[in-house]
Amino acid sequence: MTARLPFRALLVGVAIVILGVFPLVFSNPTTTSIAVFTLIFMVAASSWNMFSGYSGYIALGHAVYFGVGAYALTLLANHLGFAAGWGVFALVPVAGIIAGLVAIPTGVIALRARRHTFVVITIAFMFIFQLAASNFAFTGGSSGLQPPTPLWSATSYNDHFYYVAAVILVATVLLSWLVRRSRFGLQLFAIRDDEERARGLGVRVGRVKLSAFVLSAIPIGMVGGVYAYFLGQIFPQFAFDPLFDLSIALMAFIGGLGTVWGPLLGALVLESLQQYFTVQSGASQVYLIIYGGLFLAVILLLPRGLIPSVEDLIRRWRTRGGAQDRATEEGGGDRTADVVKAAGAR
Amino acid sequence: MNASSLAKAVIDGILTGGVYALMAAGLTLIFGVMDIINIAQGALIVLGAYMSYVLSVHLGIDLFLGLIITIPAFFVLGVFIEWAFMRRLRDQERTAMSILVTYAVAIIIEGILSVIFGVDFVQLQASYINSSFHLLGFYLPYIYVFGFLLALVLLGVLYYILYRTHFGRGVRGSLQNRSAAELIGVNVNRVRALSVGIGVSVTAAGGMVFGATNSFNPSSGYDLISRLLSIVILGGLGSIGGALVAAVFMVTLEDVVAVVWSPVWATLVYYASLIVVLSFMPNGLFGRAAVRAQ
Repeated sequence: MTARLPFRALLVGVAIVILGVFPLVFSNPTTTSIAVFTLIFMVAASSWNMFSGYSGYIALGHAVYFGVGAYALTLLANHLGFAAGWGVFALVPVAGIIAGLVAIPTGVIALRARRHTFVVITIAFMFIFQLAASNFAFTGGSSGLQPPTPLWSATSYNDHFYYVAAVILVATVLLSWLVRRSRFGLQLFAIRDDEERARGLGVRVGRVKLSAFVLSAIPIGMVGGVYAYFLGQIFPQFAFDPLFDLSIALMAFIGGLGTVWGPLLGALVLESLQQYFTVQSGASQVYLIIYGGLFLAVILLLPRGLIPSVEDLIRRWRTRGGAQDRATEEGGGDRTADVVKAAGAR
Repeated sequence: MNASSLAKAVIDGILTGGVYALMAAGLTLIFGVMDIINIAQGALIVLGAYMSYVLSVHLGIDLFLGLIITIPAFFVLGVFIEWAFMRRLRDQERTAMSILVTYAVAIIIEGILSVIFGVDFVQLQASYINSSFHLLGFYLPYIYVFGFLLALVLLGVLYYILYRTHFGRGVRGSLQNRSAAELIGVNVNRVRALSVGIGVSVTAAGGMVFGATNSFNPSSGYDLISRLLSIVILGGLGSIGGALVAAVFMVTLEDVVAVVWSPVWATLVYYASLIVVLSFMPNGLFGRAAVRAQ
């Protein structure tokens, strides 16, 4: 482990440098636009994973907080008379906080239930917010709202959004990493593995679950705000989109649910591919078939996601024969059980 | 608002609710037996609608008669889906992984249908789709009445299979406790494959009625799945009767709210009441908590 730490730190440093210089190297607006969407989804998947991946509660309603962030930023910017420009970005943290506040009552209600019922309640909240946004007058109904449009030059227009999203991404990943390493993170993993047992061991499960739920809503609300400002228009169907929920879950799963880096990798690959194909648009229907097929192949062949499966392969290759030290690496008890089971099956 | 329009809303709700129950029956069966959330249910309904469309437009086969072909075809498809995808999911994260696997299946079905049929909306045509008859002062469209009757017959058959046959006992046994069922000689894999086959074959009929009462295109399935899922959870997992009650409750509530208050809030009221019911009855109206715990 100790020998790998500097290597990991080096990887993270390289990633941050690439993140910083990307728009300088690839300055084509089509490319940077894809990059902005990709960053938004990387934040969303990583943030979703902080609750669902760590606690095992699969929430399919985080579009609520994405949409609340989008509407909060737009409404505040319009009603407080913010001039279009950098100033509007000051509302991004506010959008995140409002999304977090909305997550408290919805989380309290949803987290009373478990398993399938929890999933369905989160979906129901998603539709309630979507329908409310389409019917209330102050949200502009089904014709939506328009935030102010900044008068930046077309060549560097996307870069502003890119760097704001990049800063949110770095902060979210840092948060996710800290949570995973903390006592709080361990409590979440304990809930994932056996909630009753965690409760019996003194974990205040209700409080821990709700905190993680609210925490995961905040970055999603922030990128929701960025998304609305970037598009320059916001509709109920796009702000509260059921496919958003499935997409971020899928990204986290493909990369590796419950890991820090998996959701980032999943979002990076899937969202950039999807945006690329949308821009190309020629064979979008054939693309659906390929996309679904690839996706099935990954799930069935690497059921734990790319990063854990690859890590397993590397570990197996390194420690051919010595099975026992595998079990002690990586904290989660569930992981340990997996490894033991895998070793028994071989 | 008057008593007559309210009564009409209730009648419409019951008839449409039956159709929704037919569409949700496969979902609840697969869910109950396998612990699998079949996101592809919506796409399968649309696939069923397109199969009926091809049979009626190109071969001139009547919609209800065509079910004799589509139901067995869907049974084979269901057994294949179970064997190819669902069986490979590990028990531990089965529910969560099933959402993704079946979502992938839904995407593939949507893609194939878009390549073949394009994205334009179509609707099934037949003499009884656009005509209605007069009963006690209400106009009832034939297709809704036929669809409701079909739903009752198929749900009755499902109920009979599940509760009155040896196979049904095997299904319910493996639903309650897989290892105990295996110990007393139930071939759980076979039971599961057949359950999914039956669940998917019922969906063929649901798809036909859906296509006859709505216009559809290859991506119509996504609008359906959340409604069907909520019906199934509200009714209680694996409960066919529960799905019927929940579907009728949902559609009737929406129709009544639309009449009494306003159509734009009807769906919102449904989802809100869903949350309220599930907060107090997390296992749904007819769910059996003790049985599900393993």
